[in-house]
Amino acid sequence: MRGFLTDSDHPNYATVAADCGINESLPSAERFHKVTNMQPIISISNVSKTYKGGFQALKGIDLDIRRGEIFALLGPNGAGKTTLISIICGIVTASTGKILADGHDIVQDYRAARSKIGLVPQELTTDAFETVFDTVSFSRGLFGKPRNPAHIEKVLRALSLWDKRNNKIMTLSGGMKRRVLIAKALSHEPQILFLDEPTAGVDVELRRDMWNMVRDLRETGVTIILTTHYIEEAEEMADRIGVINGGELILVENKAELMRKLGKKELLLHLDQPLTSIPSSLAAFDLHLRADGHELIYVYDTQSERTGITTLLRGLAEEGVRFRDLETRQSSLEDIFINLVKDRT
Amino acid sequence: MNIHAIRAIYLFEMARTWRTLLQSIVSPVISTSLYFVVFGAAIGSRITEIEGISYGAFIVPGLIMLSLLTQSIANASFGIYFPKFTGTIYELLSAPISFVEIVVSYVGAAATKSIILGLIILATAALFVPLRIAHPIWMLVFLVLTSVTFSLFGFIIGIWADGFEKLQIVPLLVITPLTFLGGSFYSINMLPPFWQTVTLFNPVVYLVSGFRWSFYDQADVPIGVSVAMTLVFLSLCIGIVAWMFRTGYKLKS
Ligand SMILES: Nc1ncnc2c1ncn2[C@@H]1O[C@H](COP(=O)(O)OP(=O)(O)OP(=O)(O)O)[C@@H](O)[C@H]1O
Ligand SMILES: [Mg+2]
Repeated sequence: MRGFLTDSDHPNYATVAADCGINESLPSAERFHKVTNMQPIISISNVSKTYKGGFQALKGIDLDIRRGEIFALLGPNGAGKTTLISIICGIVTASTGKILADGHDIVQDYRAARSKIGLVPQELTTDAFETVFDTVSFSRGLFGKPRNPAHIEKVLRALSLWDKRNNKIMTLSGGMKRRVLIAKALSHEPQILFLDEPTAGVDVELRRDMWNMVRDLRETGVTIILTTHYIEEAEEMADRIGVINGGELILVENKAELMRKLGKKELLLHLDQPLTSIPSSLAAFDLHLRADGHELIYVYDTQSERTGITTLLRGLAEEGVRFRDLETRQSSLEDIFINLVKDRT
Repeated sequence: MNIHAIRAIYLFEMARTWRTLLQSIVSPVISTSLYFVVFGAAIGSRITEIEGISYGAFIVPGLIMLSLLTQSIANASFGIYFPKFTGTIYELLSAPISFVEIVVSYVGAAATKSIILGLIILATAALFVPLRIAHPIWMLVFLVLTSVTFSLFGFIIGIWADGFEKLQIVPLLVITPLTFLGGSFYSINMLPPFWQTVTLFNPVVYLVSGFRWSFYDQADVPIGVSVAMTLVFLSLCIGIVAWMFRTGYKLKS
């Protein structure tokens, strides 16, 4: 399968969006600078949800989504991610709280709010008997836009669905259905795009294409909010990350900041001579031996006042342990995430 | 007003009709023809006339009503139930479209189909019996009012139902008996007095009677009462739909 956007011979989504007037035609860095000063595109205050039966799925969520960013919502199964997205999109009614989408109250001014939003749901829910082209055109109409076959064609081409335009949806594979859902969400040129676990059940190639598409969309000024269970993806894709667990937003942070603040780092020492055990004088350090004693790993906290690196290196010198090379590595978001969720439960 | 959305839903629903042409149009026509054969030929040979109208012609308005009621309910209930069943309702709920617009488009499409169907059955009937339409405008008024009212009723059932059984049960257990007992095939004046009174609690009686009046200028109940009862039922359905949407009944959690 061909990439959505990587292939320069073919129309890509960036041009689709540009042609259709979504593009703000500013270089992304400049635009990013500009947008950070603007009002948030989505503003969520004190949103709670108690489902019938008494289960509280969301507890007083406060969150601002910045214009033009990619925001990743991370959380374990049942954390409340889909509930939050469904409330913003109007599918579920919030029990308390207020949400503004591009300044419009999602309840009182739902028409203005919703017409700006596109949603790719978590479940693969599609029509069966309609053709791809018809179902995508239908979505555009539903969102109040006049017919525009040229735009639909561009979206379908960008998603490699053009060849399938006259196929009934039920004859498509799961990955293609997922793309049909994306096409439907993009059919009305939304400024805000929600992707609820878009890569669940999607192969590696399509996943990569999807992330390329997300980046290109962002280039055209679309704000993207996604949920994913693949933490590497949030790490790779997002500008900011929110961690949600048990209906509470535990933290919201710039990705880089989050990694810096909460990240433990590893210091890896490649030893000249293998060690059989860690010298007892260094027992106070969090040390591990690896690769048959050829590698020594020290885990330290970048946030703490003293990392202990100097003391460790001095101690090693006193023990006569020599090393050929050293490297440091940031612990992954996954480690951070697991720590955070573990701490709370 | 989101005209594009109304248009999109309406055309989507009508496309479903054309796609399922056989079951939506052809099968009611066939079953109506069968009614003519069975009732018209078999019974009609014994009851030659009711109130001066040949039996075959007498049952035409009732037969059309029978199809209008069942088809309006079936179409509208299925139209809104199916997206709930498949989950595609998410799109409807997240779209910038008001509840009124949703109702107008779904009910409009279901009613359109019923009206077309009613006219087709009328044309089919004309092949079997000589027809006369005394009040064509009123005939159309009843046709449209009944189609809209029962499409609304079907819409309510579609939202209420959370399984295919529930979808079937109201038409099967309520509508069909009421229609058969509603004077489609006989004049209620032919019943013993006690049953005549009981029959007056059957709303279908007013529809059939009014509709038949528009054909033959003869009615079991005064025409004004027929119109009033139809409007009462229509308002009732509108009220229920309004309530459902205000509360998000069975649509939103
Ligand atoms: N309609 C509903 N009625 C009652 N409870 C519900 C309903 N929908 C969701 N819940 C509950 O609310 C909680 C949050 O669900 P939600 O779907 O928002 O989680 P999620 O973070 O999207 O999880 P996942 O990663 O598995 O998709 C869960 O415990 C779920 O069981
Ligand atoms: Mg979810």
